Amino acid sequence: MKITFDWIKDHLDTKFKEDKLLEQLTNVGIEVEGVENLSAGLDLFKVAKILKTEKHPNADRLKVCDVDVGEKEIKKVVCGAPNAREGLITVYAPPGAIVPKSKVKLVVAKIRDVTSYGMLCSESELNLSDESDGITELSSKKYGKSIGKSYFSKLNSNLIDLSITPNRPDCLGMRGIARDLAASGFGKLKDLKEKKIKSNNNQSLKVKINKEKNQACSSFGSCLITNVKNTESPKWLKDKLVSIGQKPISAIVDITNYVMLDINRPLHAYDADKIEKGIVVRNSKSGEEFTALDNKNYKLDDGMCVISDSKGVLGLGGIIGGTRSGTEFDTKNILLESAYFEPRSIRSTSKKLNLDTDAKFRFERGIDPLSIEDGLNKAALLIKEICGGEISKIDIQRIEICKIKTIKFDTNLFEKITGFKISTKEILKILEDLGFKIKKEKNYFKLSAPTWRPDISQEIDIVEELVRITGYDKIKIIDPIKERTKSTLTKSQKLFHFLQRAIASKGYLEAITWSFTDSNYNDHFKDKNKEIKIVNPISSDLGVLRNSIFSNLIMYMNKNLDRGFKDLSIFEIGPIFTSSNPGEQNTVVCGLSAGKKSRLSWIEKERNVDVFDVKRDVVQTLVEAGYNSDRFFIDSETPNYYHPGKSGRLFLNRGKDQIAAYFGEIHPNILKKIDIKTESLMGFEIFVDNLKLPKKTLKDQKTKFQVSDYQKSERDFAFIVNKEIKAQDLINAVSSVDQKLISNIKVFDVYEGENIPENQKSIAISVTIQSSEKTLNDNDLENINNLIIKTVENKTGAKIRS
Amino acid sequence: MPDLKNIQNDYSAKLNNNLSLEEINQIKTELFGKNGLISSQFKNIGSIPETDRKKFASDLNQIKDELQNLITNKINEIESKKINEKLEKEKIDVTLPERSFVRGKIHPVSQTIDEISSIFSEIGFSVEEGPDIENEYNNFTALNTPDNHPARDMHDTFYLDENKEILLRTHTSPVQIRTMLKDKPPFKIIAPGRTYRSDSDQTHAPMFHQVEGLHIDKNINMGHLKGCLNYFIKEFFEVEKIKMRFRPSHFPFTEPSAEVDIGYEIKDGKIVIGDGDQWLEILGCGMVHPNVLKNVKVDPSKYQGYAFGIGIDRLAMLKYGINDLRAFFDCDYRWLNHFGFDPLDVPSNYRGLSR
Repeated sequence: MKITFDWIKDHLDTKFKEDKLLEQLTNVGIEVEGVENLSAGLDLFKVAKILKTEKHPNADRLKVCDVDVGEKEIKKVVCGAPNAREGLITVYAPPGAIVPKSKVKLVVAKIRDVTSYGMLCSESELNLSDESDGITELSSKKYGKSIGKSYFSKLNSNLIDLSITPNRPDCLGMRGIARDLAASGFGKLKDLKEKKIKSNNNQSLKVKINKEKNQACSSFGSCLITNVKNTESPKWLKDKLVSIGQKPISAIVDITNYVMLDINRPLHAYDADKIEKGIVVRNSKSGEEFTALDNKNYKLDDGMCVISDSKGVLGLGGIIGGTRSGTEFDTKNILLESAYFEPRSIRSTSKKLNLDTDAKFRFERGIDPLSIEDGLNKAALLIKEICGGEISKIDIQRIEICKIKTIKFDTNLFEKITGFKISTKEILKILEDLGFKIKKEKNYFKLSAPTWRPDISQEIDIVEELVRITGYDKIKIIDPIKERTKSTLTKSQKLFHFLQRAIASKGYLEAITWSFTDSNYNDHFKDKNKEIKIVNPISSDLGVLRNSIFSNLIMYMNKNLDRGFKDLSIFEIGPIFTSSNPGEQNTVVCGLSAGKKSRLSWIEKERNVDVFDVKRDVVQTLVEAGYNSDRFFIDSETPNYYHPGKSGRLFLNRGKDQIAAYFGEIHPNILKKIDIKTESLMGFEIFVDNLKLPKKTLKDQKTKFQVSDYQKSERDFAFIVNKEIKAQDLINAVSSVDQKLISNIKVFDVYEGENIPENQKSIAISVTIQSSEKTLNDNDLENINNLIIKTVENKTGAKIRS
Repeated sequence: MPDLKNIQNDYSAKLNNNLSLEEINQIKTELFGKNGLISSQFKNIGSIPETDRKKFASDLNQIKDELQNLITNKINEIESKKINEKLEKEKIDVTLPERSFVRGKIHPVSQTIDEISSIFSEIGFSVEEGPDIENEYNNFTALNTPDNHPARDMHDTFYLDENKEILLRTHTSPVQIRTMLKDKPPFKIIAPGRTYRSDSDQTHAPMFHQVEGLHIDKNINMGHLKGCLNYFIKEFFEVEKIKMRFRPSHFPFTEPSAEVDIGYEIKDGKIVIGDGDQWLEILGCGMVHPNVLKNVKVDPSKYQGYAFGIGIDRLAMLKYGINDLRAFFDCDYRWLNHFGFDPLDVPSNYRGLSR
C-alpha cells in the first residue's frame, strides 16, 4: 500500500511532521517498507517548444530539433518521434535529469555524429501513461506561455510504501490508516460529512442476486449515471494518483481508483449500454468463458461468482471486469457497481484461475459491507462533477443482512495478557476512536466491532487493539528465572551433537545441503527407496527429497575438486527421507573423503585415502560415543552405490538387528557417470536413529576399577586360511577360547602370494594372555596356545603356519 | 707418611692433565688396583705404630676420597663431552613441517543452534523436534491459518502431493502443535530445525533454519515474552547493552503479535549490534492465540503464554559477519573453512558461547 502524508491529511488533522508519522505508523503496527521522494529531480523537466526540425544527416528516422527551453540558448536535441514537428509544445529533459520510467540519467551524447543536448519525452517515459508512440503533445492554449517552466507541479509529500498485514483490509485505504493514527494520539480523524446523491430517477437497470447455494455476493449496490462525457481527469485527481505512483487513465477509471484507495471501497464501472437486459449475479457453470480486462480469456468452473447479463458473463465479481462491458472514452451511460463478495470465494476463484488483481486483494481480505453506499455517493458525485450527466438513485440488492459482531470484554484481560495496566477511561477512548460501539454491562463491556474490521472476533483481539495503540514500549520487561526442571537435550539429541562434533574432529568439514536434490543424482544413491517428488520444486534439478545425503554431498565434493582442492573430507548430519509421510525420515551422518593422505610430504609416504581410513573414522566415532567395538559385527553387504568388494556394513552387535553404518569406496561406475576426478573417493553413513541409546548415564557406566598386575605374555600365531575367511572370524574364534585370559588380539600381518597356496592367505595375529588371579606358568601358556590353535583350526578350517 | 703426601700431589697433578678415558682407567688401576698405591697403603695400616695409626688411617681415607672424586669427575667430564659431541652431529632442522594433520570444522548454523540451545537451557527451555515433512493441518490449520486465509500466501509452500495435504514445513511452528498434543501444560520448549519455502534469490534460500520457542503456563504474559527475548538477544550477541524494539504485527497463530527489531550501526563496513539508530528485524513473536490452544486441547482460560520464531541463519550472519545467505548451503571448502568452528569449541554456559 502506497500513501503520501498529504493524502492521509485529507482524513487527519495533525500538527506532526513526516518523520514522526513514520515512527507512529511503525508503533501502531503498520510497517514502513520504504520512503521515496518522487518529485526529486522532476523540476528539471521543462515545458519546451520545437522551433525547427531537420532530418538527421546520418539516419533516416531521426530528426535534429532546435528547441526553445526558455533559456537564451536554443538546444539541439536528436529525436526519433514521428510527431516531432515545428511548433509542437512538449516536455524537455536536460542532461542530468533522470527519466522516471527507465531511471536512466541523461548525458550529452553523440547520436550518429550529431551531439544531442537532452531529450524530448513521451508520456510513457514520464510514467504519465502508456503512450509511447511519440513525444508528449501539450496544448498551446494551456502551455503556450509556460515555455521554460517546470512541467511537473511540485509534490511536497514523499511516497511512503507500507506493508499491510493481511488482517487489516481497512488499512488498504487512506482513511483506515488515518483512523489508527488518530486513535494513537497522532491527530484527529476528520468528519468528512460526505454528500449524498439526490435524485428523483430510479436506477432503471434491473439487478438480481440469484439465491443459490454458496452465493458469494450478499449485496450489490448500483447507480446509473447517464449522458456523461468521459474525459481526462482534472489536475488535482491526476496529481493525487501520480503522487502514489499510479498512472491516470480516464476520469471514470481514475475516480473509481481514487475512491478505492481513499476508503478501500472497490467499485466497478460498466458501460450501461453494453449490458443486455439487466444484471444477474450468479454462480458460473462449467465451461462458461469471458474475456477479462487483462485481455485474457478465462474458462470458468462451476460455482464461481459472476456478474452476467442475458448474453453471458460480464465479469468475475470482486476480481475483474470483462472487455465486453468496459468503459471507454466515448462511454455515455455508466452503471456503477459497489458490492460485497465473500473473501473465501474470491480467494478460491482467483487461485483456480491464477488471477491476481487489486480488487481481489482487497475483497479476499474483507471489504466493509456497509461502505457500499458511501462508495457510490462519493464516486457518482465526482463523475457528475467531472464528466457531467445525471445520477440515478442508488439501488441495493441484498440477500443477507450484514451482522454486527458483538464481543464481551472484561477489562481485566488486558493486564492478564500484557502484564501492565491502563485505565478503563483510556480503554474506552481507544476503542471509540477505532470505531467500536460500547455498551456497559455489569462486569464487562459489550462491544460492537466496526464493520471494516473483519479481523476482530473475540476478546483477545480487543487486547491486541488496546496494546497496539497504547504502544508495545509500555510492556514491562520481566527477567527470566534461571531455573531448569527438565534436561535440555534428550539422549538422542545428545548423541546427535556428539556424533556431529566427533566426525568433525576427524578432519571433516561440516556441510549443510538442501533436503531436496537432483533426481539424477538421487537415482544413484536411493538404493531400494522410492523417489519422493516435490509437486512444485524451485527448479527441476531440485525436484525430489533426498533418499541419501550422498547425492548432494558428492555434487558439492565435485565442485570443490573442480576448484582445485584435491584432498578433502566433508560431512553432513541431517535427514534423509524414506516416504512422503510425516516422520518417515532418518537422521544420518554421511561423510566423503577424497584424494590422498600426506600428499607431497617430505616425511610421510603419500597414499590414496582408503577404506580403512573411513572405517577408522566410523569405528572411532562410535567408540567415542560409548559403543563397545569388541561387540561390533561387520560384513560386506552394502548398497549398490558402494564398491561391492571394498565396502562394509557395521552392526553394533552380533545380533545384527539394525545397521549402524556403511563404509567403503564409492562405486567407480558412479564416479564415472558424474565425471568426478579424484585419486580415490571413500564414503560412510552412520544411521543415528539405529544406534541404541545407552541405558546408563556416564556416571553409571564407570564400573569398579579392576586391573591385573600379574605378568602378561604375548604370543604370535600365523594361520593359513581360505581367502574368504575374514579376519573377524579368526578373532572371534580366538576370543571364544577364554575371554578371561585373552585380553587383547591384534592382526599384524595379512599375506598372500609366494609360499602360500592359491586361494589361501596367511593371517598373523598377536594374542595377549593375562590372568587376573595368578602368574601363568609355562604349562598354562602351552595349554592356552594349543587350545587357540585347535579352536581356530576347527572353527575356520585354518592351518597353523609352522 | 711422606709417601701419602707424595702420592696425593703426584696424582692430583696427573689428573689435572688432559687425559683419555683409558689413561684415567690406568691411573685408577695404579691407585686402587689390587696392588695399587692406595690399596697397598691400606694393607700397611697394621704395621704403623699404634700412636700414629689413627692419624695415618684418617689421612689415608681422606686422600683416597679426594683422588676417587677427582677420577669420577674426570670420567663424567669426558663422558658428557662425548655425548655433547654426538648430539652436535644429530642436530635437525626443526623448522621443517610437522607431520600432517587435518582439521575439521562445524558449520556456523550448527554452532549457532548450539549457542541458542545453551542460552535457552539456562532459563529452563528444553529442545523439541518435529519432522521436516508435515501435514497441512499441523503447518497451517491448527495454527489458526485455515485454508483460504490470505496469510497462507505469505508462505510459499512446497507440496508433496497434488491435494496439497502433505508439505515441507514452512516454519518450525508445527512443533508447537505436536508438543502440545503429546504432553500436558506447562510447556517450555525451543525447536530448532530446517524449514522450507519455495523462494530463491539473493536473500532467500528454499531451505533455511528457524528456532521456535513456546512457553505456556498459568500466568505468562507479554512482559515475560519481552524479558525472555531481551535476555536471549543480549546473551547471544554477547553484548552488555541491547537496543530492542517491539512492533505490532500480525501472525495468525499469535494475538497480540509482534516483530522484534534490534538496533545496529555499521562501523568500518561491519555490522555492530547493540547500538546505533538503524533497526533490523530479527524475529516474530506473540501470545499464543486462544484458537491454537483450543486446537491442541489446552484450556485458554487456564493457560496462556508466548511463542516466537527466529531465523537462525540470519542470526549467524549478524553475529559472525556473513553477508551472503546462499553461501551457507553452497558447501564451498574455502567458506566452510573460513566461517566454520573448531569441533572443540562447544558453546556452553560456563565456558561462554564463544572464545
